[in-house]
Amino acid sequence: MQPTGLNAKTATMNLTGSRSATTTAGHEKRPELPESIRARVANHPCFSEDAHHHYARIHVAVAPACNIQCHYCNRKYDCSNESRPGVVSELLTPAQAVRKVLAVAEAIPQLSVVGIAGPGDALANPERTFETFRLLREQAPDLRLCVSTNGLALPEWVDELAGDQVEHVTITLNAIDPEIGARIYPWIFWRHRRVRGRRAAEILIEQQLLGLERLVARGALVKVNSVLIPGVNDAHLPEVSRAIRERGAFLHNIMPLIARPEHGTFFGLMGQREPSETELGALRERCAGDMRLMSHCRQCRADAVGLLGEDRGAEFSLERIEQLEIDPVAAMARRAEARAAIEAERARARSAPTVVSVPLSALLTKPRAQAPEPPVRRLAVASRDGRLVDEHFGAVTEFWIYAISAQGASFIERRPIDRYCSGEASCGAGEERLARTLRALADCEAVLCARIGFAPWGALEAAGILPSGEHALEPVESALAAVYAELNAAASGAQAAAALSA
Amino acid sequence: MALRITASCVNCWACAPLCPSDAIRAARPHFQIDPGRCSECAGDYEEAQCASICPIEGAILDACGVPLNPPGSLTGIPPERLAAARAEIQAR
Ligand code: SF4
Ligand code: SF4
Repeated sequence: MQPTGLNAKTATMNLTGSRSATTTAGHEKRPELPESIRARVANHPCFSEDAHHHYARIHVAVAPACNIQCHYCNRKYDCSNESRPGVVSELLTPAQAVRKVLAVAEAIPQLSVVGIAGPGDALANPERTFETFRLLREQAPDLRLCVSTNGLALPEWVDELAGDQVEHVTITLNAIDPEIGARIYPWIFWRHRRVRGRRAAEILIEQQLLGLERLVARGALVKVNSVLIPGVNDAHLPEVSRAIRERGAFLHNIMPLIARPEHGTFFGLMGQREPSETELGALRERCAGDMRLMSHCRQCRADAVGLLGEDRGAEFSLERIEQLEIDPVAAMARRAEARAAIEAERARARSAPTVVSVPLSALLTKPRAQAPEPPVRRLAVASRDGRLVDEHFGAVTEFWIYAISAQGASFIERRPIDRYCSGEASCGAGEERLARTLRALADCEAVLCARIGFAPWGALEAAGILPSGEHALEPVESALAAVYAELNAAASGAQAAAALSA
Repeated sequence: MALRITASCVNCWACAPLCPSDAIRAARPHFQIDPGRCSECAGDYEEAQCASICPIEGAILDACGVPLNPPGSLTGIPPERLAAARAEIQAR
């Protein structure tokens, strides 16, 4: 049954040979997304930086089985990394899943996407996955469908996915070199056998790339997720990025490895370290085609409900949804209204001035003649919506991160402080919120917030990060400019002092 | 002759659809193999299908009660390391 069109040897040769070399230059240019793709991701909360403020998605946990083992996953708690199936609370039958979707869609008319991502692998449970999609197509045809998969079974299901109009597929692909793959996947289940070692990685990679090509040929939007594992695939990921872009993936999302001993995973127990924010940021910059699309990923739980980062799963337990009365037709009409309202609001916001690129030259003190250009600095802002510095440091769940140079400020990402911890099962025992925040801000030179407590102030200073509460309720752009100027002045002051004492 | 599922099964469903003898039941608290039906896959596959996909070490035993996937065989984590880490975490 399995197609054998692409064998691993030719795949490897292509990837390391002239094909990748010729695309390197093009890749550096970071091409903008084509208009056709932009339109299709425009209201997808997982793919579009802007859409995730407005639209909601739900993942339904209908797929328990998995057909591979990853070293960052412990099936006793389910997978703890990609798509975090780990913390799925209830396994649903397809019928229950559809009921849950209808209940949620009725309560949250902004719902636009339904995904299947686990707790195992969507395509290792084809009956359950496709039954769920079929029922959803019948009962809520306006919702968009997506799946996440490790890709092993993908090639054989491409036609089925296209038939159900599953528009978005995410493949977790951590390596295209089987030697590296063998350090990430101890085994796969393939054609009725457990296959191990290099051969297992070879088959998996071959299937992943073949699946990607077939999906793209059928017009699906394909995103690739890679888990950044320091010392294993960090140096290799730019090559992965090129290979998947050549095959038509529209987005490469690089996620930090989550590995603690208490997770019971191979990496967690064997002392494999997690990447720092700085490493993650540097690699994302090297691999990104469009930073704005990828960097807001929350590594949500497989049964997450609601707007990204805002988990309302508990409101829709099985017991509760069984009791709800749902009128699917009326609910669909309300969703259409909600969408129209959201689009009107987004159009209005688009015509308003944005903070993404602000010329700062006007706000900066004129540099003296021959003074060297001040460096690019990263600053974090505690803000509700990116317009004003209006959040209390202690209340922040995510920071707005900007890179500032003399040319202006550019928005990098909304960075959740709990990126390394978004569920009890994955939360390191006793790890303090403040320590996590400091780790999340390691690459920033200052934090702007509306208010900040005494203890975090001291901790930030000790960590070499300037806390700033002076610009409370000011617009983000002018506050950034002021703090940037302050940092530059401090740096040149320090230089002058050093020159004096020398 | 039949295989058996132990309490370490995590009810992941991977094995059940693969069984050529329809011998695996999604029972509680964990999945079970009907010893009257299990053929150990003889005549159908070279390797017992349930034990070839099961991700949990020690969850499936052969007819003599020996784990088909002994500690360390699936995760690559040496059992001593696992024990040491457990002790370490409990002592925190
Ligand atoms: S050994 Fe084969 S026949 Fe027996 S339960 Fe497992 S899969 Fe079924
Ligand atoms: S594959 Fe193993 S863990 Fe999963 S249900 Fe079967 S026996 Fe249980």
